[in-house]
Amino acid sequence: MNPVRTEKQLRHIAIIGNPNAGKTTLFNALTGLRQKVGNYPGVTVEKKEGRIVFDDGHEAILLDLPGTYSLTANSPDEKVAVDVLLGRSKYTAVPELVICVVDASNLERNLYLISQIIDNRIPTVIALNMFDVAERDGLTIDTGKLSEELGVKVIPTIGSKGVGIKELKRAIAEPSAPSLKSRQWKLPQPVQEECDELKGMLQKIHHLAEPLAFHEAIVLLTSSSALAEHNDHFAPELIDHVKKDHLHLERLGIDRNSVFVESRYEWIKRVCASSVVSKRRSVSSTSDKIDRILTHKVWGFVIFLGLMVLMFQAIFSWANAPMLLIGDAISWVDSQIILIMPPGDLRDLIVNGAIAGVGAVVTFLPQILFLFLFIGFLEDTGYMARAAFIMDRLMSKVGLHGKSFIPILSSFACAIPGIMATRTIENRKDRLVTMLVSPLVSCSARLPVYALMIAAFIPPHHVLGIFSLPGLTLVAMYLLGLVAALTMAWFFKKTLLKSETPAFIMELPPYKMPSLKSVILHMWERSKLFLERAGTIILGVSIVLWFLATYPKVDHGSPAERLDLSFAGRAGHLIEPVIRPLGFDWKIGIGLIGSVLQREVFVSTMGTIYNIKDAKDENGGASLQDHMRHDVDPRTGLPTFTTLTAICLMVYYVLAMQCMSTVAVMRRETNGWKWPMFQVGYMTLLAYSVTFVVYRAGLFLMALHS
Amino acid sequence: MARTTLNKLLPGEHGTIEKVDATASAIKQRLLEMGLTRGTNIEMIRFAPMGDPVEVSVRGYRLSLRRIEAESVIVLREP
Repeated sequence: MNPVRTEKQLRHIAIIGNPNAGKTTLFNALTGLRQKVGNYPGVTVEKKEGRIVFDDGHEAILLDLPGTYSLTANSPDEKVAVDVLLGRSKYTAVPELVICVVDASNLERNLYLISQIIDNRIPTVIALNMFDVAERDGLTIDTGKLSEELGVKVIPTIGSKGVGIKELKRAIAEPSAPSLKSRQWKLPQPVQEECDELKGMLQKIHHLAEPLAFHEAIVLLTSSSALAEHNDHFAPELIDHVKKDHLHLERLGIDRNSVFVESRYEWIKRVCASSVVSKRRSVSSTSDKIDRILTHKVWGFVIFLGLMVLMFQAIFSWANAPMLLIGDAISWVDSQIILIMPPGDLRDLIVNGAIAGVGAVVTFLPQILFLFLFIGFLEDTGYMARAAFIMDRLMSKVGLHGKSFIPILSSFACAIPGIMATRTIENRKDRLVTMLVSPLVSCSARLPVYALMIAAFIPPHHVLGIFSLPGLTLVAMYLLGLVAALTMAWFFKKTLLKSETPAFIMELPPYKMPSLKSVILHMWERSKLFLERAGTIILGVSIVLWFLATYPKVDHGSPAERLDLSFAGRAGHLIEPVIRPLGFDWKIGIGLIGSVLQREVFVSTMGTIYNIKDAKDENGGASLQDHMRHDVDPRTGLPTFTTLTAICLMVYYVLAMQCMSTVAVMRRETNGWKWPMFQVGYMTLLAYSVTFVVYRAGLFLMALHS
Repeated sequence: MARTTLNKLLPGEHGTIEKVDATASAIKQRLLEMGLTRGTNIEMIRFAPMGDPVEVSVRGYRLSLRRIEAESVIVLREP
């Protein structure tokens, strides 16, 4: 019934808006779950696309452009948006229609971006979002009047409640024309003349389309640095002309930076005066009351730290029940396969290689879900911006920006989105420093390693009645990562990448009720990535490790001796002299080798190693933790793992760079191998030396006690 | 009305922006684009727990910026 159209024939629609205007919620409401996340070629700005299905069944592609305040292109994110809208992007077609999401309660500043977008003469529909918040703040907006002033359709929406989505869909289903009105904002006479002249030259010499020529003319007239940057793009006569223009405007006493911005805001003032009835101009008072506590001198910190502790302790205890369930389910699958299949190498491969390896990692899915749930809620409520506000002083102490705090905080989930989140940092050196230290923050892939080691070797004592020792140990590991990241950032800012502390200019959006749908969708997207990794790389590594730990086959001796003689055992022995000073034996060596690709592989490696060892007692229900606890080094007669070994191992995992995906992302982000290689080098060195110190200090303390 | 800089305002005090005088062109551009243009009313709301950055209310929304950046915004303090 539906008309079949290929990808190329579908209409391309783009959605754009200020950060915090509710763009993501509207995007989700318009596309449902028909989304895919990718990257713009060449730059690592996340490209999110979805499909809108209209009432009559036909479809369109909706492209989610990065949230931005203006099209001046200060950051790579903004550059992508500008390039798409101006048709400069080689890979993305110019959208046939742009949906601009506008925060109705913050109309003036949001209209700044709108004024730049309608300058480009692309058909536009405005979604006047958060209409309810504006009304609550005492703003009445005459949408008809606003639409008339801007020359484009204006649809009031409340994205969080799904209000206005139908109307918005109907508006974008109809063919739209660009705003018929000529540019409404007026420049002072001499500036207007220079601007028109330059636009004409750009059209004539460089054959630019009118909107692009106008945009470039403004950029060139505004800043001298833009002129220097684009020196090679433009004809010498044009550059000479611009230089003369700069001098001319300076002689007239015109501030080139402010004249364009001020002219746009003049126009915005006129638009608002005619279409907005304002009874009371104040930001939602509830938000203010909350902020009085959450950014309070004392309570602000107490609550911030409390939230962090709550997050990590909750991950540890709440996720326990579902983890046990998954563990049981895996055992059940194992037992079914053992029933069905005859004994032999193939069954061994499936049960002890594939299922043991992947299963050990999948068990940690509940913890990862909880982590993303927390981060999603913090982001969606608006608390994340307050965290940056509270932490900026500390970040500026190490020479970074409060904005660096968000990539670093995101790295608690995974360094990859963390590194990608550095795109919002405009200064190249600051961005590089943030990228270099982000992987030191404990990501979710380390959680399985910590969880395993803590569950096996940290006694579940209580401290001060409410805190459990395992919970505190976990907090300590996360803190160690954070402290290491900040220290290294300070060090890099002082030495290798010396530069000024960057500016901090950030909006503090009003608090809002989080949208459960957005949070869950985000959680699902990230968890899917984790599962895909578990399903592909880890499956492969598990099978290879099973092979290495099983062959060459020896028919005599105890299971431990057989492992000792296998390929894996030999490799472990080979690196043992290097890791002995850290208190690690050859079995941990196998784990370290395996997890060079992905940290969580350590857990599956241990699973594989210990399952193989106990291949004989298939009915033995003891967990991996028990096996590790009771494992004895045959040569020394001492346990392989002690609490000290467990702590050293965790410290090593906190600091070492064992993630191929992060290396790959670093290579793409920095456009070369230099920085990722440097990163691997410095992190390995750091991990090795700190673990060495911890191990020696631990041994010393133990000697003192006995 | 006394001419001063934004960082000198105390929480609750209002001012009218006269100009943004940042030496770095990118910072100046960003502050202007965020709506800190001549003649705009601005209110100091609060200081962050460690005294820096500060939170201001401008054009009906809340913006945070560091004291050093606030110092480049010249305002006329309202009595």
